[in-house]
Amino acid sequence: MLERIEAIRKEAGSAIEAASTSAELEELRVRYLGRKAELTTILRGIADRPAEERGQVGGGANKARKELEGLLEASAERLDASELESKLAGDRVDVTLPGAPPRAVGHPHLVARTTRLIEDVMAGLGYRVAEGPEIEHDYYNFTALNHPPGHPARMLQDTFYVQSHPDVLLRTHTSPVQVRSMEAQAPPIFIIVPGKVYRRDSDATHSPMFHQMEGLAIAEGLTLADLKGTLLALCRAIFGDERELRLRPHFFPFTEPSVEVDVSCFQCGGTGSLAGGERCNLCKGQGWIEILGAGMVDPNVLGFVADNGYDPERVQGFAFGLGVERVAMLRHGVPDLRRFFDNDVRMLEQFG
Amino acid sequence: MKIPYSWLREYCDPGVEVAEIAERLVMTGTEVERVGSVGPPSADGFVVGKVLAAEQHPDADRLRVCTVDDGEGERTIVCGAPNVAAGQTVAVALPGARMPGGEKLRKAKLRGVASEGMILSVSELEVGADADGILVLEEGIAPGTPLAEVLPLAEPVLELEVTPNRVDCFGVWGVAREVHAISAAPLAAEPWSKDAEAEAAGEVADFASVAVEVPELCPRFTARVFTGVTVAPSPLWLQARLTAAGQRPINNVVDITNYVMLLTAQPLHAFDFDKVPDGALTVRAAREGEKMTTLDGVERTLDAETVLVCDSEGPTGIAGIMGGQVSEVSAETTRVLLEVANWNGTNILRTSRLLGLRSEASSRFEKQLHPALCMRAQAIASRLLVELCGAKLVPGTIDVGTEGPPPPRIALRASRVEGLLGMRIAQADQVAYLERLGFAVEVDGDDLQVEVPPDRHQDVIREVDLIEEVGRIHGFDEHLPTTLPAVAEKVGGLSREQQLRRRAEDGLCGLGFDQIVGWSFTDPGEKTRLRIPDGDPRADAVLLANPLSEDQSAMRTTLLGSLLDVAARNLAREAGGVALFESGQVYLNILPTGLKRPDGGRIRPVDPLAGEFAGERGAPFGEPHRLAGLAVGPLVEKSWRGGGETVDFFALKGVLEALAVELGVVLGFEAAPEPFLHPGRSAAVLIAEAPVGWIGEIHPLVCREWDVDAAFGFEIATAALVGAATIGEESYEDVTGFPSVQQDLAVLVPIEVTAMTVRDAVLEGGGELLQSAEVFDLFEGEQLGAGRKSLALRLEFRAPDRTLTDEEVATRREAIKASLGQIGGSLRE
Repeated sequence: MLERIEAIRKEAGSAIEAASTSAELEELRVRYLGRKAELTTILRGIADRPAEERGQVGGGANKARKELEGLLEASAERLDASELESKLAGDRVDVTLPGAPPRAVGHPHLVARTTRLIEDVMAGLGYRVAEGPEIEHDYYNFTALNHPPGHPARMLQDTFYVQSHPDVLLRTHTSPVQVRSMEAQAPPIFIIVPGKVYRRDSDATHSPMFHQMEGLAIAEGLTLADLKGTLLALCRAIFGDERELRLRPHFFPFTEPSVEVDVSCFQCGGTGSLAGGERCNLCKGQGWIEILGAGMVDPNVLGFVADNGYDPERVQGFAFGLGVERVAMLRHGVPDLRRFFDNDVRMLEQFG
Repeated sequence: MKIPYSWLREYCDPGVEVAEIAERLVMTGTEVERVGSVGPPSADGFVVGKVLAAEQHPDADRLRVCTVDDGEGERTIVCGAPNVAAGQTVAVALPGARMPGGEKLRKAKLRGVASEGMILSVSELEVGADADGILVLEEGIAPGTPLAEVLPLAEPVLELEVTPNRVDCFGVWGVAREVHAISAAPLAAEPWSKDAEAEAAGEVADFASVAVEVPELCPRFTARVFTGVTVAPSPLWLQARLTAAGQRPINNVVDITNYVMLLTAQPLHAFDFDKVPDGALTVRAAREGEKMTTLDGVERTLDAETVLVCDSEGPTGIAGIMGGQVSEVSAETTRVLLEVANWNGTNILRTSRLLGLRSEASSRFEKQLHPALCMRAQAIASRLLVELCGAKLVPGTIDVGTEGPPPPRIALRASRVEGLLGMRIAQADQVAYLERLGFAVEVDGDDLQVEVPPDRHQDVIREVDLIEEVGRIHGFDEHLPTTLPAVAEKVGGLSREQQLRRRAEDGLCGLGFDQIVGWSFTDPGEKTRLRIPDGDPRADAVLLANPLSEDQSAMRTTLLGSLLDVAARNLAREAGGVALFESGQVYLNILPTGLKRPDGGRIRPVDPLAGEFAGERGAPFGEPHRLAGLAVGPLVEKSWRGGGETVDFFALKGVLEALAVELGVVLGFEAAPEPFLHPGRSAAVLIAEAPVGWIGEIHPLVCREWDVDAAFGFEIATAALVGAATIGEESYEDVTGFPSVQQDLAVLVPIEVTAMTVRDAVLEGGGELLQSAEVFDLFEGEQLGAGRKSLALRLEFRAPDRTLTDEEVATRREAIKASLGQIGGSLRE
């Protein structure tokens, strides 16, 4: 009997080691260790054996069984690994096929993005964002900004008027929101005003519609030096930390003193010439780029809101206005103002 | 304003190159557009020559072969001018000289005769306008003398962009004083400090009279009379100056009036005295519809606010704007009446805009000159008329009106200078700057008492104006510190509404839409192309009184037109499809109404997105903010794995629903027509059952107008969307509690019953335990019977405090069945 057990063990052992699939292995498990297997039958029949054989046969059969179980387990592991390997090998894809497109991601308009850039810088400096109507009363656009009726300064901006409403116009700047906001809020006030503005002018450098960003700061003791510091912070955030500012005296009816502000050219570093020695095309060799108009708010403007706490002897401040498209053109090399309103998708999709 | 540099230096010579003074002017508030030049770029190669002989060219009737002494020797020059003659002293350009415009003069053969140079006309030298003949110089200048010693050549010209507050800088004298202020170089005596001797017989009153009927529009009118005038071309220096300043020389009398205007900023007008009957002038308002022909030969129709200078026979000029032809100075003129008047600037500006006629004179008068300037101009012009035209001045000046108010005195406090500018300027410096600018200054402790000269009366009326003056001359550049406002009470940032609008825009970008910025203007016919009927508020656009063109004369009432315009343009250049959105205003011809307060009172709330803005006066018109999108073609690109399905109603609705999730808004949809939408595929977008916008397929007839196919769009009132947004304000709901029971339900209903009706019925039957019911399938087919459809819904039951039993769910299911029965539906078991 012991010989028989040994024969089974040998036969089964080599069959298990030779098995090449897990299905084959399962078949061997049933054949050699299953309920009807010879070894199982031997073990089950131990009790019927003569007493002196029982220990020997039982021990031998159990040992053979354990051994075969161990072999089966080892082979199963071996086969799992190799089967997975061949399965994965069969699952190969052509990785060079194009990826499946997700829903396309859209693009913010460059004007909107530039507006946000400026808003965020100014918000960090403590300014709130105020808004006003684009169709505006003459009063807010001109009169309350120290352009009395018949004043030649009104000629500086060619204005669209609304039919049948001679005192209603398309705002020529975002400045009307200055007085609107001061009527609604006593000083101190720190606001910026983004928005569309309109001038009756159309060529490569003038669009009848464009975007401005107004800034207004009124409190006790604000100075022209504060204006310079604020604009320097803004310009450095937009055009780079190396930038310097230059204030040129100018004239605006609603600021006094008034200045035009130049920023040092960020292409040539303010030298006016490029590395190769040729003239810088961005600043036209000047080293400076005109970027905005600004000034100390004229006491006459404050006079229109004096009863809301804007006593020109007590509070003062500054205002500035810059062209959003101009900033975008400078930052991104857009050559023509009109491109912003073509909304050509090939341009829109260049800017994220 | 063109300022020839040599003219400027006659009054104040800063002793530096023109480029340097230009830079200084720019940095102190006088904008220099460019430094140009008139005449040849260089004086090299231009000399005085003497014509020794002028013989007929053998082969050309019109040419003369001249022998010219150029100081070094004789040379042959072929000349085409009819007036060239032996014995003349002339201006010669030698080969190698650069002509105006930069071209280099070369030796040339003219009809076989070699010509070694050119005899020049004033127009070729750009020192005058006459191109008919060569310039004949006065005798006695030695041949070979550099021409630049005789004439201004290569004259630098400062081209200034003068701001409207600085009418004084519309005159060379004003700019000279500015140069004096910034350079401290000496300023010459005032050119009007010496008047002409009156040598004619009689008194001005014997000759002329002036009556001013409208003194408020004509504060001052002065007149002088000159006899014995010889009208002739002006001397070369005067022609050269005017030419360099951009004025065409005409004759000595007219040139003098222009010259004095360019010097003082005060316009003048010369009449042929003998064409003014009785020498009597009247200043009066025109009659409505009155006509007159101005110097430019145009007949103009006037209105009752126009001011005229008239003689006894009618108008001779439009006051301050342009003279008339009747009394124009001509070659025959021997007596001149010189008018120097002061006009009401606002009236001049009004009339010049009304007539579309802006002249050198009106552009100065409209800025309001001071009456004191009249006599300055009279003095300078009188001396020039005497010197250059042989005129005799009749004693006396007719002077009607006022010399203007006495110069104002303004206190300038040192504390305010530093307090406003943020920099200290020493008192001595302040005094020096102001005095050089022509102000009279008296020191008053730390402060100053300042008297304003007449040229600056419009511009400097307050202390702050003086602060600007001392500040700008001191310089804002290197002296001004760089500080930030030291104010504690400021909190920056965006309002919640502004943040949410950004989030909505970002959401649409994330959903594949490109943002556009459309034109606010459109053509009035857009409403017809959009099929918007009269009576619809969107048919009643705000119209512009003075549009650039008819196409841009109406303000848009919907963003749809802008989106269709942009879509059509992009699709026309073969873009496969577009997905666009805009975030912007529309303009409605309604007055915005204030919202009601809960207690019923009216307020003016500030909700810019709804067109409610800060300020005591509301917006003139309705100006609500909108978010709108338009898609044509696939939202997801076609690839080897599929995709590329053309956008349809549900694809776009999905976009809007995703946007709603982004903002935490619950949107409803209800079939509702819009004139520009497909009648079967259009819906109102609802928030809390109130319509806030529309979504749908653009009507094929509208698409045809824009030449696009199968477009789908939406437009939402941003204020409503943002107002309903809950993101950022959510409260926690328990997710760890008792398990839910999920069941699917198939509902059979008549085909016209909407999915929303079915869902509402299910939710009603399900009661509180039913957490959600979502339609996930739709089936229509013959086996259901005609006119019926089947909807599959996924239900989720859950109780916050227990695990639901099968019995509880079964009860709710029965209730749902009953509820569906109410709408003609049944369960498909």
